[in-house]
Amino acid sequence: MVQRELRLSGSGGQGLILAGIILAEAALSDGKHVVQSQSYGPEARGGASKAEVIISEKEINYPKVRNCDVLLALTQVACDKYIDSLKKGGSLIIDSSVRNKPNREDIYIYTIPILETAENVLNRPMVANMIALGSLNGLIKVVDKVELEKAVLNRVPKGTETINKAALEEGFKLITRYEGVDNEGQYRPNKINTTEFCQA
Amino acid sequence: MKRGNIKLMQGNEACVEGAIAAGMRFYSGYPITPSTEIAEISAAKLPRIGGKFIQMEDEIASIGAVIGASLTGLKSMTATSGPGFSLKQENIGYAAMAEVPCVIVDVQRGGPSTGLPTSPAQGDVMQARWGTHGDHPIIALSPYSVKETYEITIEAFNLSERYRTPVIILMDEVIAHMREKIEIPDENEIEIVDRLKPKDKAEDYNPYEINDGDLVPAMASFGEGYRYHVTGLVHDINGFPTNDSKIAESLINRLTKKVEENTQDIVKYDEYFLEDAEIALIAYGGTARSVKSAVDMARKENIKVGMFRPITIWPSPEKQILELAKTVKKIIVVEMNLGQYYLEVDRIAKKSTDVYKYGRVNGELITPDEILSYIKEV
Repeated sequence: MVQRELRLSGSGGQGLILAGIILAEAALSDGKHVVQSQSYGPEARGGASKAEVIISEKEINYPKVRNCDVLLALTQVACDKYIDSLKKGGSLIIDSSVRNKPNREDIYIYTIPILETAENVLNRPMVANMIALGSLNGLIKVVDKVELEKAVLNRVPKGTETINKAALEEGFKLITRYEGVDNEGQYRPNKINTTEFCQA
Repeated sequence: MKRGNIKLMQGNEACVEGAIAAGMRFYSGYPITPSTEIAEISAAKLPRIGGKFIQMEDEIASIGAVIGASLTGLKSMTATSGPGFSLKQENIGYAAMAEVPCVIVDVQRGGPSTGLPTSPAQGDVMQARWGTHGDHPIIALSPYSVKETYEITIEAFNLSERYRTPVIILMDEVIAHMREKIEIPDENEIEIVDRLKPKDKAEDYNPYEINDGDLVPAMASFGEGYRYHVTGLVHDINGFPTNDSKIAESLINRLTKKVEENTQDIVKYDEYFLEDAEIALIAYGGTARSVKSAVDMARKENIKVGMFRPITIWPSPEKQILELAKTVKKIIVVEMNLGQYYLEVDRIAKKSTDVYKYGRVNGELITPDEILSYIKEV
């Protein structure tokens, strides 16, 4: 890995900026260079929201995502808005509530029930961001699983450690069940040649 | 460096950490995006270290309280964005005139007016210089990373104390809201400057008299037993208003010169690949990060470009820009406005080289790719 560029998108209030911060902190303790940024509208909740994380082995100058390797989209609006920025051979993780799948054949698409799992399996809609984080890291292994768990526990409020750890694990399970991802969570693409993605 | 000192931090957070390390013990403000975190974090941290945080009714009152607190001896700061920065201008002039040290952070967003609240811009460059009326000194610094925000905030306090003048930290949304690695230095590695205190007895104290060898008048704190008058009117060495034209001339000249004649001490800048550059890009703040990437890309194509980055925006690094203009064929000023700093660079460099501008006001950080194509065009 020289550089990975990730974009976490959804609607304001879903906690994606926090998820981005946690991922960045985990990468930092792993000794990587990292820049995390976000953009959002003036609303406190609702509206389109995105967090960006760039993880690199070299110093990062331009702090925004240019060649998006992985796009996470929790809403239709976010998916439609950012899909064009996902590079060829990149991966898209979309929530199963996103009805209109993007019309692109040059990317990997992983449809997983992030919001539903938060609501019905863990009974806490607010942990959707941690599920998403577990899935994201399960797919591309940006950081060590243990490192990520430590970063999560550093950031979440006292008393919510168990539920957040469970959410992270659920997210990991959701993605590892997927075709193309083995039990270890190692990403092994088998549909199109993505050596470019794996090395980049 | 201890591992515990390495953190992922936002620019706004680094600003507060730097301010506290520099000795800030008073903050008053009226929160505004994209500077709000500076108020939030100050509110959380200051009371724990014996400092005070006040949320005021508006921006005008905020800088008023900052000036008042500084007169009692506390290192004081306020933070805002463009719309609030406009409101603070009158009192910035007051601080310049009465020589009250204070730090004003302006996290720039899209303007004019309320503009683009959550988007970056660099449209306050000229407002920082001439926002308040009358001839006055000003120091404005612009950081390009989270680490530099920390360092520059300390520097801002030091300069304001040394020169008894308001210092502006001209940030932009890119740096303010970005998180990256920072290593917090140990306390004993940080140089702290405190204001000059009077040696005279209270009854012999002339608040605006400069003693031999000093840059500025010695400053007594309110409550220490020294009685003196503070005013925005032209004043004599006792601090009382006067219409005397000689005193007026000498006061305003002294205020201006204390910054002008010390630019060598004040000015900071950074250079990147300028040794053999034929084209120099000049950029500051968040835009400098795009320019640095663009320089890397251009160098891969064997285009001889480099970057000159003023860290001190005002006073401008005039000597360095002039020298640069004599060695390169072209200068391009890249900024998130329609050419404000370009005016200053052009003024300095136009006799020696051609100066171009590349500006954006769409609320987005200029990309390295568009800078590279502009380099090719020029």
